[in-house]
Amino acid sequence: MNFVDFCESLPNEFLGLKVQLMCNSTPKLLGGVPLTIELVLISLLIGFLLALGLALMRISKNRFLNVISRSYVFYFRGTPLLVQIFLIYYGLAQFDFIKESFVWPFFREAYWCGILALTLNTAAYTAEIIRGGLQSVPYGQIESARAIGMSGILLYRRIILPIAFRQALPAYGNEMILMVKGTSLVSTITLMEITGIARYIIAKYWTPVEIFLVAGVIYLVINFLVTQIIKYAEIRFTPYLEHAKKTR
Amino acid sequence: MKKKLLLALLSATMVTSAFSGDWSTIKIGTEGAYPPWNGTNAAGELEGAEIDLAMDLCERMNATCILVAQDWDGIIPALQNGKYDAIIAGMSITSERLEVIDFSQGYANEPATFSTQSSSALASTGTTGPLNLDLASSAGGLAELKSLLDGAVIGVQGSTTHENFVRQELGDSVTIKTYDTQQNLELDLLAGRLNAALSDSGSMEEFMKSNPGLAFFGPKLGGGQFGPGVGVGLRQSDTDLKAMFNKAIDEARADGTLATHFIKWFGKDISM
Repeated sequence: MNFVDFCESLPNEFLGLKVQLMCNSTPKLLGGVPLTIELVLISLLIGFLLALGLALMRISKNRFLNVISRSYVFYFRGTPLLVQIFLIYYGLAQFDFIKESFVWPFFREAYWCGILALTLNTAAYTAEIIRGGLQSVPYGQIESARAIGMSGILLYRRIILPIAFRQALPAYGNEMILMVKGTSLVSTITLMEITGIARYIIAKYWTPVEIFLVAGVIYLVINFLVTQIIKYAEIRFTPYLEHAKKTR
Repeated sequence: MKKKLLLALLSATMVTSAFSGDWSTIKIGTEGAYPPWNGTNAAGELEGAEIDLAMDLCERMNATCILVAQDWDGIIPALQNGKYDAIIAGMSITSERLEVIDFSQGYANEPATFSTQSSSALASTGTTGPLNLDLASSAGGLAELKSLLDGAVIGVQGSTTHENFVRQELGDSVTIKTYDTQQNLELDLLAGRLNAALSDSGSMEEFMKSNPGLAFFGPKLGGGQFGPGVGVGLRQSDTDLKAMFNKAIDEARADGTLATHFIKWFGKDISM
């Protein structure tokens, strides 16, 4: 039995919901999943690298770097993502010097504007998460590393960063989930990811409840997978805690 | 006996409220983002030809009206859910919409037109005359339009007659971008992200007044997907309210105020 036949075998309506329409719309909505995942992965990756730099600037003793990092986090954490998306997409396009410059081919595309907004936004939150992780590294461990002659990059690479990431992982998991949900906002700048497609189908059949229910379930499944990945990573990075749990 | 009487009374009142309704107060849904039909001014108040028209019609129906602003893509579901009783929002009467809601008689009609940047090649093709899609003779003009727009990126507001037309008639030969509001569509056309936008002429003209650099091209489209005109959207069950609106529109047309509202906001008479 193929999918179309399966949908037709369902009752037309159940509890006042148009079940067949929900079934038929599912493959169309799933068509938005690759774009949603793409947006999440690219912005998380670039955002993380940016955040790492921002976090290091934030804990550095250089006041200039410190102020830059603080202001960045202040502005991007303090304003709504939707406003940031609008400012980048519609706002920048209003300046002629941008439209005439070499960056326009980039800002012309809704896709890159969306990625840029998501990246800048997640970088601000992630910078704070990484800073929290870095500052939670026990000083004793840094001292021990120094005692055996580690310093500079080696100290960061071998001791501080691994412990910091381990500590920051649960909070970063939260940020990943927020990003998956945040991508729904780029539907406002013509990108047809899951929510964009949902709005298109709703506009056609005037059935917001049914279609948003299906879209909601798809987001739920994606985020379930994300939480599983985080859980697996947590076990991998803190095997001693798992061991402690079992022998308790 | 008493109980029976009470029941009879109860069911009688229920019947009246469900079918004939008490229309001393009417809630009207509008978009508030479609000037000069219905816009929102700097003070956050609704304004436009349809806002004036709604107030005028309500006075004729001896009703107090409450205007509710509602995003376009949810404007029909909210009517069906009873958030308001009527839609006055530049909504064209189309066969697809008539499947789920009802309409009063039409009160205005404005052709749909393509617009583009004045400097573009499309702009240089200039405007042509009316093209009534209800007539068989429109096929030639339509084919001409299709070849002119082949490969273009075209913007429309989502869930509009304009979107339907572009998807059904131009479909695969163009790239379609949909916007939640007419204003966002206009901004992106101005930014140069679109080769062309399809919208009703009146609202685009209004935008062009304050934003030079845009121009109309191609035919003035009507009929077909665009329907016979713009009317008041109503629930199919509210036949009495439909009769009230039809009567009020008749009166407004007869004494000339219907035309006045549109001349005031559009600078021309698009009433019908």
